[in-house]
Amino acid sequence: MRDVAVVGFEQSPCVRREQNRNEVEVLVPVLRALREQTGVAGADCDFICSGSSDYLAGQSFAFVSGLDAVGAWPPVSESHVEMDGAWALYEAWVKIQMGQAETALVYGFGKPSMGDLPMTMALQLDPYCVMPLWPDAISMAGLQARHCLDAGVLTEREMAAAAARDRRHAMQNSNAQLRWDRSVDEILAEPYLANPLRKSDCAPISDGASAILLAAGDRAREICERPAWIRGIEHICEPIDLGVRDLGRSRSTQIAAEKAGVGSGKIDVAELSAPFTHQEILVERALGLSLDSSSQTVVNPSGGALAGNPLMAVGLSRIGECASRIFSGEADRGVAHATSGPCLQQNLICVLEGE
Amino acid sequence: MSDRQMDGDKPSEHDEDVTLLRVPVSLDYDYSAGVSASRFLRGIEQGKLLGQRCPVDGRVYFPSRGSCPQHAVTFGDETVDLSDKGTIVTFSIVRVPSANIPLELPYIAVNVVLDGADTILMHVLDANPEDVHMGMRVQAVWKPREEWTTSTANILYFRAIDEPDADYDQYKEHI
Repeated sequence: MRDVAVVGFEQSPCVRREQNRNEVEVLVPVLRALREQTGVAGADCDFICSGSSDYLAGQSFAFVSGLDAVGAWPPVSESHVEMDGAWALYEAWVKIQMGQAETALVYGFGKPSMGDLPMTMALQLDPYCVMPLWPDAISMAGLQARHCLDAGVLTEREMAAAAARDRRHAMQNSNAQLRWDRSVDEILAEPYLANPLRKSDCAPISDGASAILLAAGDRAREICERPAWIRGIEHICEPIDLGVRDLGRSRSTQIAAEKAGVGSGKIDVAELSAPFTHQEILVERALGLSLDSSSQTVVNPSGGALAGNPLMAVGLSRIGECASRIFSGEADRGVAHATSGPCLQQNLICVLEGE
Repeated sequence: MSDRQMDGDKPSEHDEDVTLLRVPVSLDYDYSAGVSASRFLRGIEQGKLLGQRCPVDGRVYFPSRGSCPQHAVTFGDETVDLSDKGTIVTFSIVRVPSANIPLELPYIAVNVVLDGADTILMHVLDANPEDVHMGMRVQAVWKPREEWTTSTANILYFRAIDEPDADYDQYKEHI
């Protein structure tokens, strides 16, 4: 395995609606800031990979215009995933492992505010038997949460505690969208949005973009004083049919975490991309993170997806938030999580370490 | 399998395979053209053709998407007023109807580079198919002013003007 590291990270603020700027106009300043941070222009990278969704943009091949922000002339080596940018990072990591690149630019961007996001998400479901019922994403998550409660896996109070913790952490993150300090009891007093989910149990709808620069070996050390080395990265997918999955735990997260080596050392920081509180708890448990306050792991210091949820960039941002704490020396070892599909169907785990 | 089937309900109506499933999909979007395209569309609403200049190499993009796809720099707020005259760089004589083009066949699809611009505009030319040629000088024919909206359809079509053909060297990079 080659040593590959995250050597730069930038993101736009997460906002409920980018009223005037289009996706590319949101992306351009992010890539410019990354260039200034690292001294490496996107077009000079050996490989470029992006994550976005034409369903969010409402037009086919919308991702192609994203290359306007890169400056793709003369032609560049480039690829795209119709997934969160965390999976674009995985592809770029593979490309570097294969010896076909030393540096790679990875970015994710999305403007879910243009459509009706919970309904748009229905289009990722089984197209024959489930999608025609148009189950919206919040109702689907509500069914999963109800199962977790009924099976005694977790409690509404634990969910409210996760909601409170992430938004309180986000008060230190100027890029977060939901930043507040409310008690668990205040949250439990909220009406249900999709029983048993309250509004505070749900991630916001956010527009935004983020970008990461990857580099191998000594090139990484040239670019960044303290690179965040990728010591393990894995993604595992479960079946799309909810009826054949154990919704009370995240088995794919657990397997990915084992393969990525999460448990082989202490974890200073964990950045999780679960868009609902009960899912965040399931992911925490699958990662083997202790939930009590004596734990050494700081979970979601940025606020996580529950404080800012720019779809197609939110998972990549978790890797970036984790890496930036290694850049600064605040953390030595961390884990980042990204998710895709309904009810935590597919999960990616990335273990990062400083030297 | 449903309970009714398990109870031995008459099999006949369940025996046939489902061979067709209709799933109408419709999503509504509240689309924003973006800062730069909005500026361009507000311009054309007033009959103005606004381009933007790349600060790196000075090339004028029309319409502008707000940043240079070659140098990845933003154009800022400055615009360049362009003429509605230009030069045909390539063309195609269309003899097949298309649902979204209400023109009589045959019509001529053209790539025009407007005077002062460095990128091409795709439009149609009102001319005899025998007369169209590369380097031909043309000018936009606009809808009546009261019908102008934020749309490039404010230009009905281009038509030839009485000017000598442009030099090949002036437009060869757009072919």
